[in-house]
Amino acid sequence: MVNKKVIVTGGNRGIGKGIVLSLLEHGYEVLATCRNASNFDFSHENLSVANLDISDDASIEAFSVSVEEFEPNILINNAGITKDNLFLRMSEDDWNEVINTNLNGVFKITKLVVKGMLKRRWGRIINISSISGSMGNPGQTNYSASKAGVDAFTRSLAKELGSRNITVNSIAPGFIETDMTQGILAQEILDKIPLKRAGKVEDVASLVNFLSSEESNYITGQTLVVDGGLFMK
Amino acid sequence: MSEVLDKVVEIVCNQLSVNKDDVTSDSSFVEDLGADSLDTVELVMAFEEEFGLEIPDDEAENITTIKSAVDWIQNNS
Repeated sequence: MVNKKVIVTGGNRGIGKGIVLSLLEHGYEVLATCRNASNFDFSHENLSVANLDISDDASIEAFSVSVEEFEPNILINNAGITKDNLFLRMSEDDWNEVINTNLNGVFKITKLVVKGMLKRRWGRIINISSISGSMGNPGQTNYSASKAGVDAFTRSLAKELGSRNITVNSIAPGFIETDMTQGILAQEILDKIPLKRAGKVEDVASLVNFLSSEESNYITGQTLVVDGGLFMK
Repeated sequence: MSEVLDKVVEIVCNQLSVNKDDVTSDSSFVEDLGADSLDTVELVMAFEEEFGLEIPDDEAENITTIKSAVDWIQNNS
């Protein structure tokens, strides 16, 4: 199959794992990463895994070799972290660590794939953002700033690469049931969601599948929200 | 000399979809041959690949014509 080679960062758990499983189910060849690749608790004939810490330049340098061999035409920038705290209590380290991973990491990993996409005149870059980046969330000044940055990065890069048939979009999930949201999914949040439930990783993965496919040819530079209606502009 | 020139002209013609007859050694990629900014980056990538070179970004910015490309490649290979 052509146009079916995908890199998913942070693919071992949470939304990333859901994305990897869904892409494998749809016939994609997937190179999934996480900080320690031995943490992958699943395998598949079309899945290869690699160590990658997107906040670490040496790790990215080592990973770049795998990227060149793999020749991906789709990149899912999914890896990200939270270091939540009220602004007054947030340390500069917590701020920097989140920006460096969630925003700078996206810049560096995207750099690894764009040249190949340009040559092949086809590509899909899908950044996993968050509604926190557009609606704000107390305790997440660092995280929401990083995700708003990713959304803006998405729009500018989409304009740069559009003429080469490379689309760039971001997906902004709302409250999705994962390790990351465990403990904060209080009933009062669920009550504010028009669909009255938290999202499942599959709800995000199905959109990733659509954006990865030829079906989404004419969509670029967008932030698509998957949040059960929680945040409406 | 002419071998590098021929190769550069061929790459430029392919990348920018222009006719070989419209290209001279003084042709500017942007002003004469209709390249956009991304085309100029892609041209440098293509030169690097064809000639097995790595062209630093600050020097790549000065490669704006057929002649400047040929000169850089000859001085650095």
